[in-house]
Amino acid sequence: MLFTSYAFIGFVILLVALYYVLPKKAKWPLLLLGSYVFYFFAGWKFLFYIAGVTVITYIAGLLISSNKKKADARFSEMKLLEKSGEGSPEEVGKEARKRLKEGQKKKRRRIMAIGITLALLILAVVKYTNFTIYNINGILSAFHAPKRINFLTIALPMGISFYTFQAVGYVIDVYRDRHEAQKNFFKYALFVGFFPQLVQGPISRYGDLSKELFTPHTFKGRVLERGLQRVIWGYFKKLVIADRILPAVNTMIDTPENFKGAYVFLVMMFYALELYADFTGGIDITIGIAEMLGIPVKENFERPFFSKNIAEYWRRWHITMGTWFTDYIFYPISVSGPMLKLSKWSRAHLPEKMGKRLPVYLASFVVWFTTGIWHGASWNFIVWGLGNFVVIMISQELEPLYAKFHKKVNTDGSTAYKSFQIGRTILLMSALRLFDCYRDVPLTFKMFGTMFTTWNWNTLGNGTLLHLGINRADYVILALGTILMFVVSMIARSGSVRDKMEKKIPFAGRWAIFTVLLLVIVVFGAYGLGYDASQFIYNQF
Amino acid sequence: MDELIAILKDIHPDVDYETATNLVDGKILDSFDIISLVSEIADKFDVVVSAEYMVPENFNSAKALWELIEKLQDEE
Repeated sequence: MLFTSYAFIGFVILLVALYYVLPKKAKWPLLLLGSYVFYFFAGWKFLFYIAGVTVITYIAGLLISSNKKKADARFSEMKLLEKSGEGSPEEVGKEARKRLKEGQKKKRRRIMAIGITLALLILAVVKYTNFTIYNINGILSAFHAPKRINFLTIALPMGISFYTFQAVGYVIDVYRDRHEAQKNFFKYALFVGFFPQLVQGPISRYGDLSKELFTPHTFKGRVLERGLQRVIWGYFKKLVIADRILPAVNTMIDTPENFKGAYVFLVMMFYALELYADFTGGIDITIGIAEMLGIPVKENFERPFFSKNIAEYWRRWHITMGTWFTDYIFYPISVSGPMLKLSKWSRAHLPEKMGKRLPVYLASFVVWFTTGIWHGASWNFIVWGLGNFVVIMISQELEPLYAKFHKKVNTDGSTAYKSFQIGRTILLMSALRLFDCYRDVPLTFKMFGTMFTTWNWNTLGNGTLLHLGINRADYVILALGTILMFVVSMIARSGSVRDKMEKKIPFAGRWAIFTVLLLVIVVFGAYGLGYDASQFIYNQF
Repeated sequence: MDELIAILKDIHPDVDYETATNLVDGKILDSFDIISLVSEIADKFDVVVSAEYMVPENFNSAKALWELIEKLQDEE
């Protein structure tokens, strides 16, 4: 059941209607049932994976929480015994209490490690087995060994990377005592499997989502209206822009030998537009559906194409994934015992600045390698991730140079300089995204190189653009759609567009606008006969 | 506390750490800065700020960070 199918729209209408009609007690169970029905239609076999991850992380969370409670109770008891003089200092004194605390924490850490390893193992097996086989075969071939391992037929369960990360984050947060474990298994299952998030995130935290997810919301016209508006805007981006430009991108990347030089630049720009409209459109639909049910979900984007550098871009694009990697991989690695030792060593033995940065760079390397491989089991994504790492590292190292430049040239508040920074970031990110487009890493480098070796910009005007799988009318619709997205982004600089509309435009006017938008989707959306309704790009990750 | 301010000044000399209360939320300290800070703290104060304490509330002001260091020292 694709987000873009009539079946899905019917499913959401029915679910929202039932949610508000049913008694309070039945509301969250309905969401659980709905989520599993949605997942069933994605492939019933996939239910085993999500159920497996849910059971493993549920048990791990419960064990950690109960151990913490018992340890805390014993700790307080020991303190009381010490105060009353009933226990000996060896048994209940400060040192004994410290031992208890550390011992029990170690135990909880072990439970956490087992829980997240098992959950990640499921992800690793389904996502990376064939990639591992591919690499082993590569090594065998390099050594001229006659044997090859056969690939396995494993379908990647929908959303597994998203819900596994969400569940792993939950276990770590219980271990870190951010919140208690959820005792009700079915409530926990809803947190892991909440259907709007299953397709492409956001990756929510239990502490942020749980309260509103289980609260029985009563019907409010305004809540429904706002959610619906966001859903319509999401469909506009997905169907009118992303899916319309998709054939042109595919034509150019499927036969790269015919589309070198200027066309690679075109791929960069078209794919940037496609991915942005596709991913943010999908997230708008997700957040909008949740909003219609009265459930706020964390934002995943903050106008990323207005970022002045890559580090900032990654704070504004796929935010929930970025913070997940920071909190659960970057920080733990950076402050681990060996890393702190390395940090001490490098500050003593290396030049001051390098000494300070080496451990941070090492942790960043791991994060970007993992981010790459999380996006897909291929060298393309690994190189893409490491490409991001290299650019961020270089810009950190160039910091003193920038400072010198800014001392000499005053760029404060300069719109031209800001535009240059934004343009530079868009170009850099779009160039890195080429790894997402072409078949393999060498081809990507080769195609990138043709931008400088094949000078064919003049052919862009000779009608080739009309043979990429989209026609003149498509270009006009794409241009107008992109302008609209840009204008909305500009308005959103100073706050929510819907808030502003609510203040300035009366109800009838607002709905006139959204009805027009809906009509635009119906008339100009890339769906129906002749179009292959496409899945969201991030759904494959 | 003075020693902590000195470490912070080393990272961003132009910030008034006596009054600033939004070091993380205001995007003054990024994750790179936080890691440098944690390793310096481990060196100077002999306490390890583990990942579970790495939340904005603990790093938003010098005062909050100092309180965390004292708490961790007390636990040691």
